[in-house]
Amino acid sequence: MMNYTPGPPDTTPKATAIHAADLTVVRGPRTVLRSLDFTVPPGQITGLLGPSGCGKSTLMRAIVGTQARVTGTLEVLGRPAGHPTLRTRIGYVTQAPSVYDDLTIRQNLAYFAAILNPGRAAAEHRHENVTRAIADVDLTSHADVLAGNLSGGQRSRVSLAVALLGTPELLVLDEPTVGLDPVLRRDLWNLFHDIAATRGATLLISSHVMDEAERCHRLLLMREGEILADDTPDALRTRTGSETVEAAFLHLVDAAIAAARTKETTR
Amino acid sequence: MSTTTMRTTMKPAPTSALNVSRTTATAARVLGQLRHDPRTIALMILIPCVMLFLLRYVFDGSARTFDSIGASLLGIFPLITMFLVTSIATLRERTSGTLERLLAMPLGKGDLIAGYALAFGTLAIIQSALATGLALWFLGLDVTGSPWLLLLVALLDALLGTALGLFVSAFAASEFQAVQFMPAVIFPQLLLCGLFTPRDNMHPALEAISNVLPMSYAVDGMNEVLKHTDMTADFVRDALIVAGCALLVLTLGAATLRRRTT
Repeated sequence: MMNYTPGPPDTTPKATAIHAADLTVVRGPRTVLRSLDFTVPPGQITGLLGPSGCGKSTLMRAIVGTQARVTGTLEVLGRPAGHPTLRTRIGYVTQAPSVYDDLTIRQNLAYFAAILNPGRAAAEHRHENVTRAIADVDLTSHADVLAGNLSGGQRSRVSLAVALLGTPELLVLDEPTVGLDPVLRRDLWNLFHDIAATRGATLLISSHVMDEAERCHRLLLMREGEILADDTPDALRTRTGSETVEAAFLHLVDAAIAAARTKETTR
Repeated sequence: MSTTTMRTTMKPAPTSALNVSRTTATAARVLGQLRHDPRTIALMILIPCVMLFLLRYVFDGSARTFDSIGASLLGIFPLITMFLVTSIATLRERTSGTLERLLAMPLGKGDLIAGYALAFGTLAIIQSALATGLALWFLGLDVTGSPWLLLLVALLDALLGTALGLFVSAFAASEFQAVQFMPAVIFPQLLLCGLFTPRDNMHPALEAISNVLPMSYAVDGMNEVLKHTDMTADFVRDALIVAGCALLVLTLGAATLRRRTT
């Protein structure tokens, strides 16, 4: 993006935010991700969809560099995933809100801002950033309430605000809209689109609610640690002749099961 | 939204070396969390004073015993309190996901640990100053050496407690388990540190064990201050051993903070 040239130019063209090849993750005795190959284009919202337990969170943890036992290629913003320089460039929101319950919203954000951009010289800048992030998630009226006294949806928005702090180039959001009311969900999706459009950021957003898929530019459909499809919502519907992304997903799952069965019987 | 100005001011700060701003921000955050919990602060600061007061009148008839046990306890209280507070605080940090979030950010492990040590060290100084003042000036604890040396040992003990708490929190999956590490890690040291009987009166095997437990040196150090006006060579050795153990355990604790987990 800005004043930054990606490392190896031949393997990572500039037009990808995330590039995975033969990406495999093993957790205990289980292979959670099986030899994934995909790319995520920059400046767009890519939806990561699939049923619970299909490996979405593990894939996200691998991308932000907190997952152990990752093999294969995984390049994020032109660097290997987990590279120290990526830590200021990626915003990551875990599924469970990870904030300090015994601090107010503002204190929570002020602390994380001080980690991202330390030093007294940046204090004023941080203050602006914190105020903006709180406004982004519509919690300005609650800024001085302890996080522990907030509702579940509010706490997850505080967690999201932390990820919006440093104007990251890549936002990895693990089910950010789960348990929120429809109005808030719409507002957040508008915010996500705004972030992609005005800041040129890449967003990777997981969900197991298929109707959110329609709001994404691209989709990665996952099932049992494998990627079933990597396409735009329109192309998916056209390819499978379905009305909705949900129908398209079910169609692809049925096809995958049928393919597995024929393989079994012909053996 | 001013994205361009943002990125130019955001310099890729180093993550490995200790960063003073991040460390103090972490310490301020830990103290901020405690400030919203005044009952914990009150318990941490008052309980040692109440215990010393109690002890003074338990040994009403034998002032010498109070001197010896009282001085030892001035070293033991900060260790136990800081052990408990740190093990629970870091366990919460691990289970709430904030640790994962912090380690995905440009925070060095050293910054986090130093931040905790700084915050709890500050509390330990307040706690020890109050307890030492009470013991010396109101309860008639008879100390030959300087009260500053008592404070120094108390502070080193607090650091050791913080270090041990941080380390064991890695092995606790819940707060129930974390508090059970208190009897497991602290009680044996308490029994063998020379508080109940001089260490050279113990069975040789136990004495040998007590020689490798850091709390023994904390208590020895306190007793040196009790008996001698000057800073003795033994005192320096004891203080260095406690400090060295604290550093060693802090390093082990740092190794349990992993950026990548399964």
